[in-house]
Amino acid sequence: MKILVTVKRIPDPDESLKFAGNAIDTSSSKWVANAFDEYAVETALRMAEHIGNKDRLAEVIVCSVCPKDKRQHVTQFLAMGADRGVIVDADETAMDSQTVAKLVAEVFRREGCDLLVSGKLSQDSEGNEVAQRAAGLLDLPQASFAATLRWDRGANALTVGREVDDGVETKTIPLPAVVSVDLRIVLPHSVKNGATADDHKYSDGARLASLRGITMAKRKKVDVHTPAALGVTPSSHVAVAGVTAPEKRAAGQIVDSAQTLVNKLITEAKVL
Amino acid sequence: MFDPTYTEEQQALVDTARKFAAETIIPVAGEYDERAEHPQEVFEKAWALGLMNVEVPEAYGGLGLSTLEGCLISEQLAYGCAGIATSIMCNHLGCLPLMIAGTEAQKEKFLGWVTRELVFASYCCSEPEAGSDVAGMRTKLDKDGDGWRLNGQKRWITNGGYANFYTGFATIDPSLRHKGITGFVIERDRPGVSVGKKENKLGQRASNTVDVIFEDVHLTDEDLLGRPGQGFPIAMETFDKSRPMIAACAAGLIGRALDECVQYAKERKTFGVPIASHQAIQFMIAEMAMAYEVTKLLYSKAAWEVDHEVKRTSTSAIAKAMGADLAMKVTTDAVQVFGGYGYTKEYPVEKLMRDAKLLQIYEGTSQIQRMVIAKNILVRG
Repeated sequence: MKILVTVKRIPDPDESLKFAGNAIDTSSSKWVANAFDEYAVETALRMAEHIGNKDRLAEVIVCSVCPKDKRQHVTQFLAMGADRGVIVDADETAMDSQTVAKLVAEVFRREGCDLLVSGKLSQDSEGNEVAQRAAGLLDLPQASFAATLRWDRGANALTVGREVDDGVETKTIPLPAVVSVDLRIVLPHSVKNGATADDHKYSDGARLASLRGITMAKRKKVDVHTPAALGVTPSSHVAVAGVTAPEKRAAGQIVDSAQTLVNKLITEAKVL
Repeated sequence: MFDPTYTEEQQALVDTARKFAAETIIPVAGEYDERAEHPQEVFEKAWALGLMNVEVPEAYGGLGLSTLEGCLISEQLAYGCAGIATSIMCNHLGCLPLMIAGTEAQKEKFLGWVTRELVFASYCCSEPEAGSDVAGMRTKLDKDGDGWRLNGQKRWITNGGYANFYTGFATIDPSLRHKGITGFVIERDRPGVSVGKKENKLGQRASNTVDVIFEDVHLTDEDLLGRPGQGFPIAMETFDKSRPMIAACAAGLIGRALDECVQYAKERKTFGVPIASHQAIQFMIAEMAMAYEVTKLLYSKAAWEVDHEVKRTSTSAIAKAMGADLAMKVTTDAVQVFGGYGYTKEYPVEKLMRDAKLLQIYEGTSQIQRMVIAKNILVRG
């Protein structure tokens, strides 16, 4: 079993936004790994590891589209426990989701993977597209927003609990498949791989990279491809029309009675 | 040349240690401090993550990290709790005499042990009447047939009550002063080894501190570290190599005090404005930032010197003394910034102040450090 996990670097979401003309200025940004990708890697590792046993049930490959010398996030996930990496050397900030999805699909195909695990979205653009587009391009079944996941190895299928607006939808999909994960996938009992005891309690959240993992990360194999070598021509079906900061909220008013409030809602806000 | 920049990998080590402190140490530090209890669950997690014994060479199953890396990690752990950090770092202190003077067999046995499972190593140097005056120790090692007989009492032994083995020093003849000092390493379960009273300390209360007593403990030559009478330089080299870590611990405490004060000063209002608007508070915060930079640079340089085997300098003593004194000042100011609230256990800064005090005392007091520094200058000059 080979699991491909997409990972992305993003400008630190805790930093305040800077603008340069008609775009967000990321020239002085600190780049960090997308949090949902941490959950995706954690999911893949929980599937791959047989707790209490040295066997690995799957190989975990992290894949990122990024400039090859800006791979700190890839190293971080190798430190966390992924087996190896694949980098598509390109400026991902200039690409639309369809191009990224084509690159991911091509890596998936060439590696002969059985499962694509992706964070449901990246915290910068919040597009929530790559997993679904890749599933389409690969013509594979997909389950998005996974909150729970059970791997039935006998049936070669996944049972996925999806958090949707009216509750949790459970669906079973055959492998190979595409899964995008939501944050509850890293709760202590969310992932079951059929080998590790079902009642095994994982620590809450994505694991920390162990010190041994960190020192070993640089020794792990990372293949670098170009979009051209993968036969993908970057397209841009999406053009940025403009970027502006949301308008600042005007100061509120404190009123002395419910009557005044209602009057103001009628006469000033004109919402009643 | 000394270069105070950190690699991507070192930054990753710091990230793990920082997150560990935030998620695993800080939430429980107050309780363990209050109960003066050894936080076994924290050590289990720290060991599993590789945060203990980081400098043990790869040949013995360790990571072989540098002293600088060990210090960077210690700073983050101390940011969480200086007491818990001290107990985590104690394994390094306990293993240092082995790394300095151990035989291959001793290293394989004991260094291999700490990396294979969670065990504690304690360093037994101080005695009830010999702390700063190492050469004045009375724990006695007498020739006994083919072997040796160890008798004496050690005091202020960190993790002593939980240690699986002890490295330490005794004298073959007190009148020889430092020329009689002899190193040893023995397991806890050796007949005649016992643990005495546990100290009820002002600060760093989660760190276990006890007396360790040796009564007619039988040792063979294989239990000695180095040759008889040649232990004093091992003890001194151990201190040289462990002091940067104490300075790193000081940086952690200072950094924590600074962060707590900045957050509080922006929230707490007096005279209608956040207290961060008052120059009196700003100056204290500025001085905390100055103290942090100084301490961080000093411990980095001291650690770099250890890693590059720059010998016969007093940088580690300067880093330890400066860091400890600044940590005491900064944490005292932190209580001041918080005012009455700072004096209560509702807020975290009184603990920082209590924890900081120990930095001026253990691993050579601030006064001993000044003696080392002065001696170094005067001998050199």
